[in-house]
Amino acid sequence: MTATSGVIGRRDSALETALGLVRRNGWTLALVGLLVTFLAITKLLNPNYGPAGIQGLAISILPIAFAAVAQAIVVISGGIDLSVGSMMALASVTSAVLMKDQGDLFGVAVVVAVLLLGLAVGAINGALVVVTRVPDIVVTLAMSFVWAGTALLILNTPGGGAAPWLMEIISGPLGNPWLPKALVVLAVVVVVVWLPLRRSTLGLSLYAVGSSPLAAFRSGVAVAPTKIVAYALTGFFAALGGLALTATGGVGAPVPGSYTLQSVAAIVLGGVSLAGGRGGVLGPIIAVIILALVRTDLFFAGVDPNWSTAIQGAILIGVVMFGSLVAMRRMRA
Amino acid sequence: MIDGAPDLLLDATGVAKHYGAVVALRSASLAVRRGEVHALMGANGAGKSTLVKILTGGVHPDRGTIVVRGKPFVSRSPAEARRGGIVSVYQEPALIPDLDVRANLRLTQSPVEATRHWLAELGLPDLDLADLVRDLPLATLRIIDLARALAIEPDVLLLDEMTAALPANLTERVLEVVARQRGTSRSVIFISHRMIEIAAVCDRATVLREGETVGVVDVTAGSEHRIVALMLGDMAGDLSAHVADVAASPSRPAGATPRLSARALSSGTKLTDVSFDLYPGEVLGVVALEGQGQDELFDILSGSERPGGGDLLVDGAAVSFRHPADAIRAGLVYIPADRAEALLMQRSVRENIALPFTARIGAWGPIDVRSERIKVDAAIATLQIDTRAASEVRRLSGGNQQKVTIARWVAGGVQTMLCFDPTRGIDIGTKQQIYQLLRDLANAGAAVLLYTSELKEIQLACDRAIVIFRGRVVAEIPVADADEPTLLRAAYDLRPDAVMPEVIAAETVAAEIRDSGTTPVATETGSAGTR
Repeated sequence: MTATSGVIGRRDSALETALGLVRRNGWTLALVGLLVTFLAITKLLNPNYGPAGIQGLAISILPIAFAAVAQAIVVISGGIDLSVGSMMALASVTSAVLMKDQGDLFGVAVVVAVLLLGLAVGAINGALVVVTRVPDIVVTLAMSFVWAGTALLILNTPGGGAAPWLMEIISGPLGNPWLPKALVVLAVVVVVVWLPLRRSTLGLSLYAVGSSPLAAFRSGVAVAPTKIVAYALTGFFAALGGLALTATGGVGAPVPGSYTLQSVAAIVLGGVSLAGGRGGVLGPIIAVIILALVRTDLFFAGVDPNWSTAIQGAILIGVVMFGSLVAMRRMRA
Repeated sequence: MIDGAPDLLLDATGVAKHYGAVVALRSASLAVRRGEVHALMGANGAGKSTLVKILTGGVHPDRGTIVVRGKPFVSRSPAEARRGGIVSVYQEPALIPDLDVRANLRLTQSPVEATRHWLAELGLPDLDLADLVRDLPLATLRIIDLARALAIEPDVLLLDEMTAALPANLTERVLEVVARQRGTSRSVIFISHRMIEIAAVCDRATVLREGETVGVVDVTAGSEHRIVALMLGDMAGDLSAHVADVAASPSRPAGATPRLSARALSSGTKLTDVSFDLYPGEVLGVVALEGQGQDELFDILSGSERPGGGDLLVDGAAVSFRHPADAIRAGLVYIPADRAEALLMQRSVRENIALPFTARIGAWGPIDVRSERIKVDAAIATLQIDTRAASEVRRLSGGNQQKVTIARWVAGGVQTMLCFDPTRGIDIGTKQQIYQLLRDLANAGAAVLLYTSELKEIQLACDRAIVIFRGRVVAEIPVADADEPTLLRAAYDLRPDAVMPEVIAAETVAAEIRDSGTTPVATETGSAGTR
């Protein structure tokens, strides 16, 4: 026992517990620091940047933030979903077509139906990955064409409409002008859906399957159903992203934007390991805001928008590389 | 121990499993009584790991019945096996690296307080359950796995090489806790390569050979030799294995410089103290049970890993390898058991053979195709490689693939060849050719180090053999004495004068548990040479 106490060590002081918490969430804290830095730069470049800017920012990031959460869940469980953007388009056109010129109550029913559709579409992706054993990247790439085509069949040009209440709940501030409703909606949805899930056995299973499928199997986790559930949840959050597209635009958007690749970029920057098992959803959300701020700042600085896309890419590589270097140094120490 | 009608907790009979034409398990039976610690023994390929996989729910048997506490045991997953009453502790811990210990317990619905209790009993009272599994050392993880399994209180606890990779003090605790399960309402199936542990904690042992249960032995003092005899079967008495043409190789001159010397090499917990000399013109065999440190030893010699301690000398000069290229420059080339580690499977035989001598950094220009072809053709001819499917190595048979891995080094001229189980899974004809090739290389002045899991290869190809047990060289045996029984006994370290910390630990436990044991262990292993 004397020999092992050195290996294990005793950590009962509150300070060390706090330090451990900081160490474990180091990446997210660093992202918060980066976010504050970029906000400060924005204010420096454009002294007029205020509540209106923040509200615009919150509304513009809402769809991609949901896309990032969707991608984060499936990647944490050891997969990847390249059909997130197409599922968003499908959800957006479905909601817009059904909601056009209908009452509020019907609009609520449509939202519920679209979310269920998202779960179903995601579950189909997951079942295909599990049953066919075709690599997830291939299955979801193929399904991205299927869902995108379906979206165009439903609505081949932007159209339809959004229920007024749906547009209302994300526009404008809530009380304090610095607190945009869009951000509140994002926070409420994530807290209500993700937090209880993460604390459940299902949430543990998601991380377990992504971290080590063999150890998860031997720990008694039902690996295949867990994977299908992960894809279904991704579909659910992609549907939320689609609803956000309808709500921000007021019409259905049948052509998927670059949301899929942006969601992958956001989760990588947000500290989710592409190897699975590591990360959360807060980091990716902050990463989405940072990437949007970078675009805003470069615009304010008068940089050619084509250049700013390239610069965003360079920042992504730089930050992730820096993070890996820090992690490697900590491992050696 | 319970007398009279045996009160069986687990009763497996006629269990069989085959994969295609390969029979992994012919007809295995295993009967475990209530409150006993039962050893499951078998040499490599005896079907032990298949039986373990069936009991843990990873594999479904083709035939046979398994009954646990009177109920038929059918399981297709570890979760079902657990519901059926069997919980296993695997060689690799079944813990999720990215979750903390507490979350891992929650995942398996294991009682936290009971787990804490067993952690304390097993020598880890201070473990912080908030620690991330990824950050903990392997030995700690194995203890957590065991504590968790004990906390679940299964009918049958299956421990597969539980004490491998554990330091001596933790081994002692584990053996104590396992021994305490005797006489309770539960049972333990205990698998270990260490005969001393079997003797210390087990009541009975079931021995498998060639997929069948060949005997059940009451474990008493001296029963080790009976167990080994059962494991070996007929070949125990067969001493007429024909010795290689060793007589042809002259004894090395006194004062010759070894081609390769290892001095007290160590690495992690697996490799503790390995020293040997490898001379030009000889084939030195390395014999070890699975996981005794031989993997680490070959990783160090081939430049893939850096040693934790000790020295490596090539031609009498100290060397330090940072990369396999360093070892290759020093003339040490490596033939792994897994051909996929060495070959470019999608490329041609020619490219594979040519790669080592064209891949020098600084020679990135055009390849001298003519001299390459001459060398490659010579190597193909020497090794009689079947080149009908030469355009893609992966389409060759396993034997021909292994010949290509050897040919690529022979083509460039070889000084020292490190072979790690080179004949694993290849046909007998090709095996013979490889033995002959190794002998030819040695006769031409090369030095060959040959680890093999097939003990009879030692007398077919080697000049002498060293035996590694728990990360140390425990015996050096001249080829004339290196028959299978001798090697196997040495590999289990069955020698009266072996005194090591963990042995003392195990003996202490044995003494506490058992008052008998007056019969001295027979000294049948007199042929084992000096250390």
